[in-house]
Amino acid sequence: MYHGPYDTAESHRSMTLLAVKDLTVSVRSGANTAPIVDGLSFQIAAGRCLGIVGESGSGKSSVALAVMGLLNAQALQVGGRVELGGADLVALSPAQLRARQGRDIAMIFQDPGSSLNPVQRIGAQIIESLRAHQKVSRVEAAQRAVEALTRVGMPDPKGMMRRYPHQLSGGQRQRVMIAMAVILKPRLLVADEPTTALDLTIQAQILVLLKDLVRETGMALLLISHDLGVVAEMADDVIVLYAGRAVETGPVAQVLDAPRHPYTLGLMAARPDMDHPQSRLAPIPGTPPRLWQRAAGCAFHPRCARASAACSASAPPDVAVGPGQIAACFHTGAQGALQVPA
Amino acid sequence: MTQPLLALSDVSVTYPGQAASGLFGKPMVFKALDGITLALNKGEVLGLIGESGSGKTTLGRAIVGLVPVASGEISLNGQRVTNQQGAARLPFARAVQMVFQDPYGSLHPRQTIGQTLMEPLKIHGTVPPAQMQARVSALLARVGMTPNFAARYPAQFSGGQRQRIAIARAIANDPALLIADEPVSALDVSVQAQILNLLADLRRDIGLSMLFISHDLTVVRHLCDRIAVMYLGRIVEVAPAAAMAARPAHPYTAALMSAAPRLHAGAQARAPIILTGDVPSHSAIPPGCPFHTRCWLYQQKGRPARCHTERPPLASLPSGRQSACFFPDETQPAVTA
Repeated sequence: MYHGPYDTAESHRSMTLLAVKDLTVSVRSGANTAPIVDGLSFQIAAGRCLGIVGESGSGKSSVALAVMGLLNAQALQVGGRVELGGADLVALSPAQLRARQGRDIAMIFQDPGSSLNPVQRIGAQIIESLRAHQKVSRVEAAQRAVEALTRVGMPDPKGMMRRYPHQLSGGQRQRVMIAMAVILKPRLLVADEPTTALDLTIQAQILVLLKDLVRETGMALLLISHDLGVVAEMADDVIVLYAGRAVETGPVAQVLDAPRHPYTLGLMAARPDMDHPQSRLAPIPGTPPRLWQRAAGCAFHPRCARASAACSASAPPDVAVGPGQIAACFHTGAQGALQVPA
Repeated sequence: MTQPLLALSDVSVTYPGQAASGLFGKPMVFKALDGITLALNKGEVLGLIGESGSGKTTLGRAIVGLVPVASGEISLNGQRVTNQQGAARLPFARAVQMVFQDPYGSLHPRQTIGQTLMEPLKIHGTVPPAQMQARVSALLARVGMTPNFAARYPAQFSGGQRQRIAIARAIANDPALLIADEPVSALDVSVQAQILNLLADLRRDIGLSMLFISHDLTVVRHLCDRIAVMYLGRIVEVAPAAAMAARPAHPYTAALMSAAPRLHAGAQARAPIILTGDVPSHSAIPPGCPFHTRCWLYQQKGRPARCHTERPPLASLPSGRQSACFFPDETQPAVTA
């Protein structure tokens, strides 16, 4: 069983809002089962941001959807516990879960264009989601919608209420999604690649907005991203996910200053650095494994420069490599060929 | 002065827009590219960077002839190639090749990799039939793949491998210039580095000149010798990559560099520049400097009238740089320690 970085002693430091314990999401085909997410545990305290970073197929979006209770129960099997304020969301009935979705936990997605109803005005959509959870009059709901649009920095919030999604830019649509998400003052916001579809200068605006909202409202933010840089700028803590497992976790500054898992090191070395140009990048050989082709033992070993016989024989243990920092690797102490970029 | 490999002179590309007013009103015309003048030297890797709607993709497509050029001239090795058609275009089509963003859409799904790689060889008749197989094997080896892959179909390959195949196809006839439009944007970080290294190797080994189009400033900074920055269909700054990274000469470039996420917050003392608002629509390009509506320097300088009345030309600065800003010496944001 995996022990998250904030188990026991650490968890008393601050109030844990979300506790995910041994989360497993698997898909079955015939007699075979493949785990998309494989025994993941973590906690988030109120007012904190946890970043989950991983490449395609790492299972990061499935974690977000599992926390939201949005996975299709017929197609996928979800195991483990997702505790929000003590209650296990996995065990709730669909009706009980629906009452919490939006109110306690809200989510924003990568593509704000497909999350909005194209034939309904922005205002009507925000009012509808508000009135689905709270008994408020239409007039009051409209007033709060304008307030929410103002808070997320929309130009001309009153005029925006009457517009349709196609009249908005990508950045404005994501602001509308954020307004809809925070209007009910959720305790947890799950953001799955919230800026990936946006231009760089718009991404910077949205990240600042999310940061401000976390600080002001004290909500917790679960940020899913493929971009280590975005997680570095936003998160307090990070989970590096590979093939459904946490390979390295810890405070984000510490993990990036002293990464101990070869995959974390590899991700950093493969990334061009704006301020310290490298003459040559150090790519990780191969490609991220497909779901049905994950290697036995440590799933990363076929691409790993440090791999030994032990790595293919059994899953590596979780090794405490620093204060609150854990790496799931047999060779955390070894100095491999990979170097952290200066 | 030596002749550049590729020269664009005052190139504009227009798209028809919606009808302006009434049924018989004159249709509006969008200028996707507005007076682009740019040169690419032999052996050079030139980066072209901009956000959505900046015109960077249109520029790449205009060069290879995928969109018609409305005005201006494009020349390759001094030969005018603007809007060439049919057989006259063949030598140019051989000399300039393109790699696209989506490695899933750019390969024929029902052709083997071997067939895909032979096609350009057959079209231009560059390799005798008896040597086709050997040439295909050599091309695959060149991009880091084994010869037995020639018998397989695209579906059997990952995104990174498909992009290698697309590059092999592009270099099949030893082109003088490769235009790569976001070639690594669809790839995972670990795979992206493999393709960037491959492009760097090709440049070193066969002297390939390249126009590298991307939205990702860190990638462009890594690979390119010089960078051209585009905004709303115009070039706003051209400079050697290292010089631009050290000191941008346009406030938009400074904002882009500031917005690029860093792994280490304290890596470089910098004041983050957050631009307000969105990129304006092509149908309502602001008067004066098109960037002034979002410009931090314009605000900082107390909104000089010149910025919103007069369009700054792309002017040459000392040290071979160009900037379309009236205040190229003041574009370095205040550094916070």
